[in-house]
Amino acid sequence: MTERILTARMEAHPADSHTLARYEATGGYTALRKALGEMSPADVAAEVKASNLRGRGGAGFPTGVKWGFLPEDLRPRYLVVNADESEPGTFKDRILLERDPHQLVEGIALASYALDVHHAFVYVRGEYPKPARRLQRAVDEAYEAGYLGTNILGSGFDLEVTIHLGAGAYICGEETALLNSLEGRRGEPRIKPPFPAVAGLYAKPTIVNNVETISTVPWIVAHGGRAYAAIGPERSCGTRLFSLSGHVNRPGDYEIVMGMTWRDLIFDVGGGIPDGKALKAWIPGGASAPWFVPDEHLDTFVTIDDCAAAGSMLGSGAVVVMDETTDVVAAAHRIVKFFAHESCGQCTPCREGTTWMERILWRILHGEGRPADLDLLLDVADNISPGLRWPPAMTTICPLGPSAVSPITSIMRYFRDEVEAKITRGATVG
Amino acid sequence: MSSPIAHWDPEYQRRAATIVERYPDVRSAVMPLLYLASLHHGHVTEEAMEEVAALTGLTAAQVQSVASFYTMYKRERVGRYLVSVCTSISCFLRGADEVLAAVEGATGVVDGETDDEGLFTVEHVECIGACGGAPALQVNYEFVEGVTPAKAAELCRWLRDARPEVVLGDEMQLLFGGRPSFDPGAPEPEGAIAPVPAFGPYGSARPGTGGGR
Repeated sequence: MTERILTARMEAHPADSHTLARYEATGGYTALRKALGEMSPADVAAEVKASNLRGRGGAGFPTGVKWGFLPEDLRPRYLVVNADESEPGTFKDRILLERDPHQLVEGIALASYALDVHHAFVYVRGEYPKPARRLQRAVDEAYEAGYLGTNILGSGFDLEVTIHLGAGAYICGEETALLNSLEGRRGEPRIKPPFPAVAGLYAKPTIVNNVETISTVPWIVAHGGRAYAAIGPERSCGTRLFSLSGHVNRPGDYEIVMGMTWRDLIFDVGGGIPDGKALKAWIPGGASAPWFVPDEHLDTFVTIDDCAAAGSMLGSGAVVVMDETTDVVAAAHRIVKFFAHESCGQCTPCREGTTWMERILWRILHGEGRPADLDLLLDVADNISPGLRWPPAMTTICPLGPSAVSPITSIMRYFRDEVEAKITRGATVG
Repeated sequence: MSSPIAHWDPEYQRRAATIVERYPDVRSAVMPLLYLASLHHGHVTEEAMEEVAALTGLTAAQVQSVASFYTMYKRERVGRYLVSVCTSISCFLRGADEVLAAVEGATGVVDGETDDEGLFTVEHVECIGACGGAPALQVNYEFVEGVTPAKAAELCRWLRDARPEVVLGDEMQLLFGGRPSFDPGAPEPEGAIAPVPAFGPYGSARPGTGGGR
């Protein structure tokens, strides 16, 4: 459980883990040297495929398989790193950008070499100027040292890296919205297919990977894909960064091997609930994820598949903990308000639905709820996500709308009495 | 034809040229140019959108359709210090609403407004990725984490009195912050000179350098 892949350097060298000097002194860029010197691009891609690494942005799709979707004969190809970290509760890419940016730069160079990419982009959310500055300095240092640019390390391989700043739109974390934004358009998701691997940035074949995913590539190339696959449970192998927040004693980013239980993660890693209060519920994988509750899920394993089987998702690894004093209607309202604000407005069920769900929750919260509101809420939700299943069915282009349904189905399933009590009390007062 | 931004500061003109060169397609320069234009104009004015359109070969309406999509392009006057209080779920659970009220109280500016003097703009924002250090806020997009209502009010009064040229996240964190999301490591000697994200060409500076890099 103490394996450290992504955070080893920053833990050992807090003062300068972000600098080129420290990165090189701790084995940095040896994987790139090895790849460019001894391996073919296909060899590098094969190691990533053998690692069974699953994307760390939220969907958990196997990275090596995604890379395999690029058509053979179309050029140019682009790599786009998704650093638009905006899922409420998530702050794990931020630590990688700020504290070990060269690890990401080396991962970008390795992935680009594997994919025959000569121009890579990093889309960093606009609210992350400090992480972007750290990354830009690392990119500048890497150009200077010959790890980026033309004829990298004398290999004949060329790569340009451009950092692009977002401007405050959560939806740009969705990969096709991100590509539209990078092209200088409104960040509206595209209808798929075509998938970005076939027609992405400037309609060219494009791979979009998360910061944490690409940051893992140097370790995989240095130690071999099989070594990575051997860490932790078979289908959720490797280490992963979890962002703990809310009512825990030790909030923060933690790199752990998947496979512990939620009890371990919240009470051992997170130090339990402040002031000896009881745990009421937690969100296992970012604001989009259906909630878990102690009676049913404390002994569920923290893996991608176990979370899916239990009706939620590990998502972006953002764990938001709520203690017994939490007003669940207020918490659900706050999350739905987020999605209502961030809806891009393209699809009517999402644009109108999130807005109305927010308004209904607001009036229940403020003592103006009506007895029919519960059915109304579920009816609106059902129009966004028919059947209210998980994983959600969708009437929309992207999953943002269905994400806004998660907190509503969660409070109706586990805390319906509290919602009803608010309506009854409101009616009495009114 | 003369440059549409011939009246800009020569340094900003140079940065605009650098931005355009970075992309295979000039349209991709729209977002970074909008940031640069708001540095020149103070916010994204009609004129700014026309200039960006001229630089990228788009119509002003196309540029406006982009600018209006993103919350960080301010199309109205913004104060010298933009105080953005996160009120999303993790910060909410840790008392963000009380922090916002304290910021409003200390600045005399309500959520979404700018004062007459042009010193403060106050806004509540959605998740800024500082959940481990909740409740958190940003001043000109530089983080201050683990604040309390009292500390947030103190921060605003300090900004009013000290009026720093360059807003430094690490300095504010040290003076007014509490527990951050993670150990920040070495201090960052760079910050924001305007309510625009302080990155590369968009208004970042080290104290005493009087401008960008």
